Amino acid sequence: MIESMEETIVAIGTRPGESAIGIVRISGKEAINIADKIFRPKKNLNIRKTGSYRMLYGHVIDSNEKIIDEVIVSLMRKPGSYTREDVVEINCHGGIAATTKVLELCTLNGSRLAEPGEFTKRAFLNGRIDLSQAESVIDMVRSKTEQCMKIAAANIAGGIKEKIYELKKMMMEIMVQLETAVDFIEEDLETTKYGILCKNAEKILSEISKLIKDEERGEILKNGIKIAIVGKTNVGKSSLLNVLSRKDKAIVTDIPGTTRDPVEEILYVEGIPLILIDTAGIRKSRNTIEKIGVERSLLHINEADLIIFVIDGSRKISSVDLEIMKKLKEKKTILCINKNDLVKRIDEGEIEDIQKFINVVHVSALKDQGIDMLEKSIKKAIFGDSGINIEERIIVNTRHKDILKKAKKAIKDSIFAMKMGISEEFPSSDLKIAYDLLGEITGETIKENILDNIFKEFCIGK
Amino acid sequence: MRGNTNNTFDIIVVGAGHAGCEAALATARMGLKTLILTINVDKIALMPCNPSIGGIGKSQLVREIDAMGGQMGKTADKTFIQIKNLNSSKGPAVQALRTQIDKKEYEIEMKKTLENTANLTLRQGTVSEIIIEDGNAVGVKTESGVIFKARSVVVTSGTFLRGRIIIGDKDYPAGRMGEYPAMRLSENLLNIGFKIDRFQTATPPRVDGRTVDFSKTSIQNGSGESLRFSFWDAPGNNNNIPCHLTYTNELTHKIIAENIRYSPIKSGMVDTHGPRHCPSIDRKVINFPEKTRHPVFIEPEGALSNEMYLQGLTTSMPALIQQKIVNTVDGLEDARIVRPGYAVEYDYIIPDQLNFTLESKLIGNLYFAGQINGTSGYEEAAAQGFIAGVNAAQKIRGNRPIIMTRENSYIGVMIDDLLTKELIEPYRMYTSRAEYRLLLRSDNADVRLSKFGLKLGLITKEQFAGVQLREEKVKELISFLKSNGLNPGHKTNQKLISVGTKPLDKPNTLYQILKRPEVSISRLMREFYNGQDRYDEKVFARTEMMVKYEGYINRQVAEAKKLEGIEKYIIPLDLDYYKIMGITYEAREKLSNKRPNTLGQASRIAGVSPVDISVLSIILKKKSGKQL
Repeated sequence: MIESMEETIVAIGTRPGESAIGIVRISGKEAINIADKIFRPKKNLNIRKTGSYRMLYGHVIDSNEKIIDEVIVSLMRKPGSYTREDVVEINCHGGIAATTKVLELCTLNGSRLAEPGEFTKRAFLNGRIDLSQAESVIDMVRSKTEQCMKIAAANIAGGIKEKIYELKKMMMEIMVQLETAVDFIEEDLETTKYGILCKNAEKILSEISKLIKDEERGEILKNGIKIAIVGKTNVGKSSLLNVLSRKDKAIVTDIPGTTRDPVEEILYVEGIPLILIDTAGIRKSRNTIEKIGVERSLLHINEADLIIFVIDGSRKISSVDLEIMKKLKEKKTILCINKNDLVKRIDEGEIEDIQKFINVVHVSALKDQGIDMLEKSIKKAIFGDSGINIEERIIVNTRHKDILKKAKKAIKDSIFAMKMGISEEFPSSDLKIAYDLLGEITGETIKENILDNIFKEFCIGK
Repeated sequence: MRGNTNNTFDIIVVGAGHAGCEAALATARMGLKTLILTINVDKIALMPCNPSIGGIGKSQLVREIDAMGGQMGKTADKTFIQIKNLNSSKGPAVQALRTQIDKKEYEIEMKKTLENTANLTLRQGTVSEIIIEDGNAVGVKTESGVIFKARSVVVTSGTFLRGRIIIGDKDYPAGRMGEYPAMRLSENLLNIGFKIDRFQTATPPRVDGRTVDFSKTSIQNGSGESLRFSFWDAPGNNNNIPCHLTYTNELTHKIIAENIRYSPIKSGMVDTHGPRHCPSIDRKVINFPEKTRHPVFIEPEGALSNEMYLQGLTTSMPALIQQKIVNTVDGLEDARIVRPGYAVEYDYIIPDQLNFTLESKLIGNLYFAGQINGTSGYEEAAAQGFIAGVNAAQKIRGNRPIIMTRENSYIGVMIDDLLTKELIEPYRMYTSRAEYRLLLRSDNADVRLSKFGLKLGLITKEQFAGVQLREEKVKELISFLKSNGLNPGHKTNQKLISVGTKPLDKPNTLYQILKRPEVSISRLMREFYNGQDRYDEKVFARTEMMVKYEGYINRQVAEAKKLEGIEKYIIPLDLDYYKIMGITYEAREKLSNKRPNTLGQASRIAGVSPVDISVLSIILKKKSGKQL
């Protein structure tokens, strides 16, 4: 999508989980109007009549007047703001729940999600930042965009992408019929009637509704940070998972290879869902079922944002441990030396010579010792300076949901238009909007041409 | 020759087809001394293909030219033999006029107009060379060695550049059937440094109307209403001469299949791209074997002519086979071909070498318009001719150019497409090419564009005031509808039922009631307002459109507004894209190749991503911060 300075943009201005306060920042012509729609200040004050550099206390409410969060709103009128546009900052409670909900309300009320680096870009274009800094602004825009695109691509992999292609294809088929009826009326062609087109559009509508539900239901899972607990057989991965999640889910035994399927647990840290995956022990195995488990584990390693590499401190380092470490080379990894209730036989130095870990912790999963240290280092790995990009992830998900909802509305409009019997160019213009929106999810740059499809479908040329 | 005042002009237009005529008339009417050169002064504004002006998308172009003071609509109004409102059951945005034209009358009328326009000199001559000094066009040289000097040159040479005609296995150089091509000008343009490619197009055979059995065909009349292209009360006519419709059949297709080796598709006589919207009957039969018939429209070439154009039977098979094919069709069993169909292959300049004024980026004061830019169609040519002409004139006068954009006109859509997209076939207008087509309607072309006509001096103040007055009335009527409501009384509801809509159960405004699809403004006003004679038909129609489709219109206005910013960002033509870090290699290559005029154009080039545009906007800000 091409960025337009005409539009009002919104983004979360703080790293989620980082602090007790989360800031949602709105910038642009409509910033104050949007804030006015979703914010109810105490004491009968009105944000539209509030002066620059003022703060208001009150509540953010949704369309049903339900209170979403207790907030402090600060107002910076143009040109006295970072972007030199009207800027409203909504200070919510920290964590992702409140900030994402407020973000969503802003998009529903007329702003769009900011593209990566867009606030800084606006500051530059509006003359707030020195011209000599153009190159660094470009670098920032470029690198943030690339990061975001990578995450978007990862999030959309698999089924959703195929589903969206399919939906786009269905939309194109309807548009081809509508456009042919408009542009080639002189050609004596038989195009599909509204009744059938309507049914097809309804199919698309229900598919999109399903996607939105999936997105909403599966949001936590997709938003969550994936942490894979990796190690050879019988080093205590399942026990570690259990103490981290305080639940007995994985089957804990001392028979090597009991956990054949990765077992997931969700853990909330600062409101961020962490998905703990207990992978099957990795060892050389001839057992087919176990082999599948091992392959899955390797897959999980690839997908994970963070690895907890568990080794048995009571044993010497083995060739299998070294084999596993080879697979972890590119990953952010915490070394977790388990069983420190037993006599220590491991040589840590030997391991750290091979790989650099972000942290090394000693625990006893069985005796629940050192677990808080492990939790701390997990948090540090996630929220620290070199942390994982949670905010981009939230943006990607909010964006998807936003797009799907808008697409749903456009398709509803087209069905309504067809049911009212309004001429083809109107439902077609609705569908075109939905079509372009879905293209934004899959990030396509090449636009398919309706005319090409018409020429394929119909014998044109009277 | 230099210094010979007789041969010195402000503007020289090369070619007197539809583009050339509009260009020359506009510049002469703007007071500039204009020379129009043509290979043959007996062949002005010729229609070598279908005898028709208008149609979906094309009709909008004609009205847009007319709204700014162009000629095509007026001449068509005068010389049509039938006029029809297309898409009349659909919304106003896609309605269109289509006329059947008396070709000879059209030529005569247009020539008369050229001959009687002040400041305009018509002269026969084949241009062989553009004279260039210091990177600017300063005149032309003809094949007979005559030199004409001017401050601007507009090239509108149509299909004549290295034209080659193909019928069956025969081919020979020609511009149109029976006319000399322009061989040397093409070489000259190539030597100057223009990128040139080739396209082809084809036309069907014409038959003698006396040999057609019309009883076996169905009649195709005009709308029978008093319709006009022109907004400006120009004289029109009320002709309604019918066309006829018949169909090919399996025998037709069998003969084509048996002789397919002679078709250029198989014979390899033509390997350039032709327009997909005008495939030959050979191609239709091959590509759609499941179709048992294809339509053939029999269209008179003129009121007094017996020649009938066979729309749908385009072919360049050998003449004898064409005769056989024609005779298989119902009603054409005994039809005699007067002139066979043929294909013509010609050079065009790749249009991304032009600015949005249609001036070339390579040579100053040299403009190109019409089929030489890779388009197809009389209307597309005329629209470009008009824009090239007025912008050449504006530059000479030292005025700002007239810029057509995707938001203000179909002409803008066409020029933008030509400058930013890869041409894979001769370009034809369709409404689906215009993303803001609900705003770019035939009915409001005058509202959108007459201000340009006024600025250029091609529309009078009175004409412009008329447009504005009508707009005032539309506004007035809308506010009347908004401020007047109905209560659900018995009498009111009886009236509503008679208007054809549901009665009210609670009070509502006339505005909201008019939004109901089944309610027409004229019936509503007749029942509930006495002073309706204050408003004419046009005001009613425009108001109804604005009310009924308010949501759609507002949405497109908002979309257009959103992109206004980048459309106005000017990119210097000498920007070195290879020096810009932060845009992809592919984008650098594409941008260097196309050299867009604006950031908006850049964003429409395939291979340039939104991030590239984002980076470019930062670079441009750093360079100058200049906006259009």
